[in-house]
Amino acid sequence: MERVEYGLLLAGAIICAYRAIVSKRILSSTIYLACISALISVVLFMLGATQVAVMELSVGAGLVTVLLVYALSVVGEDALDPSSVISKPLAIAVVAAVTLLLGWMIYPAIQFENLMGSVDLASVLWQQRVLDVWIQIVLIFSGVMGVLGLLSERTPGKAEGGHS
Amino acid sequence: MKLTEINIILIGIVSLLGVGFYGLLITRNLIKVVMILQILVKAVVLAFVFSGKVSGNLGLGQSIAATVIVADTIVAVVGLALAVQVRRRFGTLDAPEISTLRG
Repeated sequence: MERVEYGLLLAGAIICAYRAIVSKRILSSTIYLACISALISVVLFMLGATQVAVMELSVGAGLVTVLLVYALSVVGEDALDPSSVISKPLAIAVVAAVTLLLGWMIYPAIQFENLMGSVDLASVLWQQRVLDVWIQIVLIFSGVMGVLGLLSERTPGKAEGGHS
Repeated sequence: MKLTEINIILIGIVSLLGVGFYGLLITRNLIKVVMILQILVKAVVLAFVFSGKVSGNLGLGQSIAATVIVADTIVAVVGLALAVQVRRRFGTLDAPEISTLRG
């Protein structure tokens, strides 16, 4: 029974991803992206990764969507996607080749069942992967500083004074 | 190949990656490029959790997936800020057009 649920959820995510890519209006693409996040969150929850599912839902469908809508409000309504540089049949052929190669490489690697005992996230994160926690803290700090620097608008007087 | 749960999720992950690669190839708008990177990272997060589940070490998969989500969010934030600044400076979000500009 879970096969049907996984199939439907992943098919919905793939359809939303395709619609997000081919949609001409970027606001519509943003809504489709939020839908993908919600569907992937359900799949993660069904796989047992509850903490990551909550993170994905709050960050992917919440924070990133808000950021995209803010960027679109700053950029304006002319944020339409122009036609592609390379031809679409060529892109489809390249992607099909890459996808088949990827599937062919991955498929033999996952044909085994649970070999190790289950370990909970907290003990892994705070004991084995504590470096990841520090990296996350540094990333968040650098992201905040980067955005503050990039979104700050220079006043004309200061900009001219800097060059003279 | 039988359609077991493992195979269905594997097909879903690879298909999502394929759709993302296709989007990267045909898209020129900078904001949309950031969105397509988000799609690709969602597939990768799912792959990490799925591999952790299959190998019996779900905690490790979740830990790496959480780090990837944080890094991806920072990439999206900085990418969007850069796109906004590019739009203010050059008046366009078209990547090939920006590459031909000077100054």
